[in-house]
Amino acid sequence: MGELRLMKGNEAIAEAAIRSGADGYFGYPITPQSEVIEHLAAQKPEERTGMTLLQAESEIAAINMVYGAAGCGKKVMTSSSSPGISLKQEGITYIAGAELPCLILNVVRGGPGLGTIQPSQSDYFQSVKGGGHGDYHLIVLAPSSVQEMYDFVELGFDLAFKYRNPTMILSDGAIGQMMEKVEIGEQKPRLTEEQIKEKYPWATTGKTKDREKNVITSLELEPEKMEQFNRKLIEKYRKIEENEVRYEEIQCEDAEYLMVAYGTSARICQKSVQIARNEGLKVGLLRPITLFPFPRKRINELADQVKGMLSVEMSSGQMVEDVRLAVNGKVPVEYYGRMGGIVPSTEEALKDLKQKIIGGK
Amino acid sequence: MDEQQAKTEDIIKKENLVFDKTKLLTDKAFHYCPGCGHGVVHRLLMEVIEELDIQEKTIGIAPVGCSVLAYHYMDIDMQEAAHGRAPALATGIKRTLPEKYVFTYQGDGDLAAIGTAETIHSCNRGENITIIFINNGIYGMTGGQMAPTTLENMKSSTTPYGRNVKQMGNPLKITELVAQLPGTCFVTRQAVHKPAYVRKTKKAIKKAFKYQKQEMGLSFIEIVSNCNSGWKMTPNDANKWLENNMLPFYPLGDLKTPEKK
Repeated sequence: MGELRLMKGNEAIAEAAIRSGADGYFGYPITPQSEVIEHLAAQKPEERTGMTLLQAESEIAAINMVYGAAGCGKKVMTSSSSPGISLKQEGITYIAGAELPCLILNVVRGGPGLGTIQPSQSDYFQSVKGGGHGDYHLIVLAPSSVQEMYDFVELGFDLAFKYRNPTMILSDGAIGQMMEKVEIGEQKPRLTEEQIKEKYPWATTGKTKDREKNVITSLELEPEKMEQFNRKLIEKYRKIEENEVRYEEIQCEDAEYLMVAYGTSARICQKSVQIARNEGLKVGLLRPITLFPFPRKRINELADQVKGMLSVEMSSGQMVEDVRLAVNGKVPVEYYGRMGGIVPSTEEALKDLKQKIIGGK
Repeated sequence: MDEQQAKTEDIIKKENLVFDKTKLLTDKAFHYCPGCGHGVVHRLLMEVIEELDIQEKTIGIAPVGCSVLAYHYMDIDMQEAAHGRAPALATGIKRTLPEKYVFTYQGDGDLAAIGTAETIHSCNRGENITIIFINNGIYGMTGGQMAPTTLENMKSSTTPYGRNVKQMGNPLKITELVAQLPGTCFVTRQAVHKPAYVRKTKKAIKKAFKYQKQEMGLSFIEIVSNCNSGWKMTPNDANKWLENNMLPFYPLGDLKTPEKK
């Protein structure tokens, strides 16, 4: 077992970035995720690994610094919270269009607008459906513990480079701020320039005599070629759906009723399941770990087994739409959620399941 | 070889050649309007990179605007930025690859309107990059709308009766602004509408790359250019108009050099 530390979710992200061998972090402070850049600054990543750290003038600049460095095959990331992520959307769609790998952390707070600084899951649509303009998807990972915050940095980078696609870690203010025990991994070396040239021949590292110039762009003026590129992206997303769906099942084997929840909500529901089981109710929980790709096949299978599902979210009901699409009318699917920065209690989630799905009481 | 080609080669014998296109410009024909300054600046940039022998170490950033496709013509590794964000891309590249030469190529709308924050802050941080800023006082690609640098009373498709500065604000002298920032080492304003100016511009570009090698900070080269299509003039008239109207407001010369800050 590796070294154990007590860390905030945001600090775990920062430490994982350094230890994953990342080449750079570009960010802009916003509550509730400022500890990411603060922890990085305190850690002197330039000295520890040579990793670049820069506080940009805005979220827009930060994501575009990520674009530039990612275009050179560098392992780079940024982080923000909801209003800042909205600002980054321009850069994110360009990064998706230019097929660049990078990692983006969203420590979600409630909206719309300036909203609240308290935790929320109201950026689900923005994260899994695209977010910026044009036809694209991010790979979206939803951690539900500080350990997963740490682990998903490396996983996120791996997936980003595997598919040349931006990965988003969709967290929230609760997971970003809470402290838990974390198992820390070994320090991985950063890639050398030669390794980058070999592994990522598409990167703009300077045109050498032995190859054509490399161009990083999302522009294609010929409609036929643009459509061809759109189809290429669709094919990539299909492969991601085929290979990268991740989820956790808690007491689903014999479940008659299913809760579906991710991140903080999943931790709430895990307790709800326990209480329900103590009462003799066969309730299970499916926790999507990847929100894109969404575990729709598994949810569809479970729809053959259970009598109904409840999507529990800290939003006005966003993921429930994807659950309904997955279930395709086989069983009733309802939603329960709190908003404005309020985290639902285990009791109220279970009560709602009983009222809307189990019925009777 | 057809007859015409044979005839051409007969006239243009190798020993009679006095000018050759730099190898770093591709053979793709420019999409720029005849008379436009972009082609000249593209050539100068590539000549400098060839002469300094830094093709393998240079990464360029294309903007949004007429020169969005600059990477079709420049035979170097390039990235295409979102509108105004080129200096942020350049920052990300230079910070993670400090040994490379990094330049942005931007127009007035890109650099002095939508990208003002990126421009000011990359200059203020003193990023070791080179910014080439083409100022033709108009949005060429989108069809001749007002730019931040459009002169007072100058007509554009969004100021059809002339730029009313009370309503639309004054033309922005961003070059004077960035010259005030401690992060810039070399700030100059040049032009390319006459051969003498072209030679001076090339010298300025070469200097900028040398300063970049010496890690002296950001070099900022404004090039006052024309847009005969957007200005609705012949190329000749556009050059005359540039000299009589643009240059009095945007005077040429060095605003800041490392020797004389």
